[in-house]
Amino acid sequence: MTVPGSVQTLVGWDALASALFLLVSLAIVATRQMLATLRLFVIQSLLLAVSATAIGIGTHSVHLLVVAGIVIATKVISVPWVLKITVGGEIYGRREIDQALTIPTSLILAAGLVFFGFFISERLFLTISVPEFTILNLPVGIACVLLGMFTVTVRREAIAQLMGLLVMENAVFFAGAAIASHLPTLAEIAAAVDLPIMTLVFGLLIRQIHRKLGTTRVGELSALGER
Amino acid sequence: MGRSLLFNLVQVAVVLLLAPLVEGILAKFEEMVQSKRGPSVFQVYRDIWKLLQKNETVSSHSSWVFRAAPYFAFSMPIFVALLIPVLTNYPLFFAFMGDMLAVGFLFALSGSLVTLAAVDTTNPYGSIGASRSRMVSFLAEPVFMMVFFTVSFVAGSTIPYIVQQSWAFSSQIFWGPSHILVVVAFLMLFLADENRIPVDNPHGNFELAMIGKSKYLEYSGRGAALIKWGGAMKFMVLAIVFCNVLVTPWGLASGKSFLDILTAIPFVFGKLFLFLLVLVAIETNLSKLRLFRINEFLGASFVVCLMAMVVSLMGI
Repeated sequence: MTVPGSVQTLVGWDALASALFLLVSLAIVATRQMLATLRLFVIQSLLLAVSATAIGIGTHSVHLLVVAGIVIATKVISVPWVLKITVGGEIYGRREIDQALTIPTSLILAAGLVFFGFFISERLFLTISVPEFTILNLPVGIACVLLGMFTVTVRREAIAQLMGLLVMENAVFFAGAAIASHLPTLAEIAAAVDLPIMTLVFGLLIRQIHRKLGTTRVGELSALGER
Repeated sequence: MGRSLLFNLVQVAVVLLLAPLVEGILAKFEEMVQSKRGPSVFQVYRDIWKLLQKNETVSSHSSWVFRAAPYFAFSMPIFVALLIPVLTNYPLFFAFMGDMLAVGFLFALSGSLVTLAAVDTTNPYGSIGASRSRMVSFLAEPVFMMVFFTVSFVAGSTIPYIVQQSWAFSSQIFWGPSHILVVVAFLMLFLADENRIPVDNPHGNFELAMIGKSKYLEYSGRGAALIKWGGAMKFMVLAIVFCNVLVTPWGLASGKSFLDILTAIPFVFGKLFLFLLVLVAIETNLSKLRLFRINEFLGASFVVCLMAMVVSLMGI
């Protein structure tokens, strides 16, 4: 790979961000604390912003710098805020969330999913034009989409499932930043505005569930019953 | 040749003499963070000196294992210090005598002897501590293996000096995701292996909750001093592997004069100092895990390491 020195530094930053991105996604699968999940999501969004900035400077794309700004505004600031308003007590109360599987089992399965994601993304490399960023972001992004989906599947808790959805969203951005660095800004803004609204709707739904049932453990809602 | 051997012995001397200081500084920092005054940084030297003066009491029911274990615990870190880059950038006299698997083997040997010694005296707390620390170490074993395989796969060698060079001179590898994942996995392994806080509380004095410390309850006098000193050296050696080989492979002596070696000592000590700060931050922010959650902690570190392996195999 023959790239100029400054681009190499940017690739280094991107590599650091993608390694930590993967690590944080794994941590979201493994953690038991509700508040920790939210904090990890915020960290993950910051890493997404770092990666987008690095790629934006590296490929001279202003759009990605805008994306980085939008990510910080929506995911780091507004999503936690919206969640605090709607379901604050559920998140900021220190409590543990349960899973359908034990944590070691879900970690092993998560590892399998990551391999699968890497395996698929290797097939996609052939068609890519800017290799040095894509080779980092695309596999990590696809693997983290799978990890987010896995989080939605195994958690029995509505807020944790929302976190899984948000992780998937982050991961799609992460993979997309490398492939489509010149996506119109309008599309980015549309996607970004959707996110707090989605969080708001979800939060209100969770609050309603909580008000009706006194719990947000949606995993236990499989049986019908009369109250 | 002769100089290479001499430098190798200087490395051992550095580990031997500075290890209690490293442990003393860590203890002092932790107390300071908790708004206490804390013992002097030289307290560990005083403890070792005091214990060396005292008489040793050995139960008449114990076998030779109990008497031999402190010497193993004391000498294995010294052997390891011969094999790893403590101060120099280039391989020294004994560098090719053993690789990283040999390092793991030497620590495993002393660890298992100490465990046997703990069972040997039929002190119930010793047996509890022994079985618990075996549990932690057999969970840590696959992580150890994976870390070494990943690291040596990237470097193309299992000799610590060559691994250090391959990290130090290639920014492509250094900033690669597999390197960062290996560093995280090794840090978690370090915490488990050294009985630090998310796995075990090194400051606890309650025998039923101990993992690492209860193995040494029966030792007194010289045996206790050697075990304490050996533990400090093991801590320092692993921290040096972490700093000099994995995280910051710079700042080591590359010249072959005595002055170069001596100027490397403050650099290495500075790196250890920063590492101790990180360790203090981890230890004061986390609380000890329940015993049956240790497998989750080490399982997570195994998966992280597996991921590092796959990432490096895929060439990402």
